[in-house]
Amino acid sequence: MTASALVDWFVREVLPLEAALMHFLQQNWRNPHEIADLRQDVYVRVYDAARKQIPTHTKAFVFQTARNLLINRVRRDHVVPIEAVPDLETLDVAADLPSPEDATIARDDLRRLRSALDKLPPRCREAVILGRVEGLPGRAIAVRMGVSDATVSEHLANGIRALVNEVYGHDPNSKGQS
Amino acid sequence: MSASEQKSMHSGSALDIEGQAALWLQRWQFWDWSPSDQAELDAWLAQSTAHEVAYIRLMSGYGRTERLIALRAPRLDRSMLGRLFRIAAAAGVVVALGSAALIYSKPKEVTYTTPIGGRQTIMLADGSRIDLNTDSALRIGTDARRVTLDSGEAYFQIKHDSARPFVVTVGEHRVIDLGTKFLVRSKMDHLDVTLVEGRARIDSGNGGATQSVVLTPGDEVIATAREITKVRKTPQDLSNELGWRRGVIVFQHTTLADAVAEFNRYNPNKILIGSNAVAALKIDGTFPSDDPDSFVEIAQDILHLRVERRGESVVITK
Repeated sequence: MTASALVDWFVREVLPLEAALMHFLQQNWRNPHEIADLRQDVYVRVYDAARKQIPTHTKAFVFQTARNLLINRVRRDHVVPIEAVPDLETLDVAADLPSPEDATIARDDLRRLRSALDKLPPRCREAVILGRVEGLPGRAIAVRMGVSDATVSEHLANGIRALVNEVYGHDPNSKGQS
Repeated sequence: MSASEQKSMHSGSALDIEGQAALWLQRWQFWDWSPSDQAELDAWLAQSTAHEVAYIRLMSGYGRTERLIALRAPRLDRSMLGRLFRIAAAAGVVVALGSAALIYSKPKEVTYTTPIGGRQTIMLADGSRIDLNTDSALRIGTDARRVTLDSGEAYFQIKHDSARPFVVTVGEHRVIDLGTKFLVRSKMDHLDVTLVEGRARIDSGNGGATQSVVLTPGDEVIATAREITKVRKTPQDLSNELGWRRGVIVFQHTTLADAVAEFNRYNPNKILIGSNAVAALKIDGTFPSDDPDSFVEIAQDILHLRVERRGESVVITK
């Protein structure tokens, strides 16, 4: 397993499942503030497991991992009975998912990105437009906006996070994510 | 608790990590980037799988925000951008050595231009190589795997990285490398892409209707604003089309009109053709691209055409 094959697999097969994974976690976990941590833990487990061997059925593996994680958390926290986590068989998350290829070249990407861009706070939006749309380097953005390099960095980092969430098809109205 | 879970929990919450990863990503993308920055990032990535997956996730997602450049207002910002490119170049971010330029890790956006008859080789930090032909302009973005061919022709030999595909933008077309050697030429109203080795994809159009075509070796694709057509090339054709990298132009049953147009790309003193009958004649041969006189002599001595010098130009007639 080369490092680049692992990254390649993760990008092509795991990340396109993110919208469905988030949906699954939101449906099956009460505390919305823990969803981002749960998603990260799923990714970490899946990625670490794939270091040894890349699973044949990525989708099933990812959701099985998510389910096991929720069950372990339930046991550990003694918060809800185990029955609160449904069987994978009763879930339809695995069906009707766009293929990775579809997700990558979705035709409405631009429209969605644009609306995500419009939702950013004004200064953050300005920095992202100058950087990502116009292609200016950070220093030039700082000069244009009359702010410090550190402020530009902050705006760009926040803007990138918001845009990337949009790319992965997050529901902007739900809680528990950035 | 698994080891990985422990590791990730020591590193803070997922949103904290995402924030750190975003700061790294923007630093890599928008600011000067030195080998010590790279070492620092590598160390951060090695700290935990959570860091690594957060970074991969942002990196890959960020790559897909590429389409936002479709929102660029071209006329408004051109002059300002041009000025900034010059400033970036003057700041010495890129070290140019004779006709070859070497980009160390993390450049600003830089424009390369060749004069008529000029040629330039650009070596990228990832081992990819770009040969720029006569009278061409190419911009390399702050992400060195995003280049724009503004005019002319370039030959790309790209080190493949599936996590970071190499993308050449020409007008509203994008050539996306899937492990590749390919030739891109921007003409007045269309784009010509020839794939020599590997695989590549062309996406045409912005926003609404995007058309995609996948190329296999020997395919030449001609993309206009409206349509994409694909033709097959023989290995001999491919080798001929790349003759300019050796400083030669190769003609094979080429009409005189096309041959002259080809010479005129490389030389400021133009050759003109006086009549349609002459334009339709066909020739074979290999010529130094910077020596139109050798071509004119053949027209005169072998094809028995009349050659007339008018100022800086040469007119060929029957």
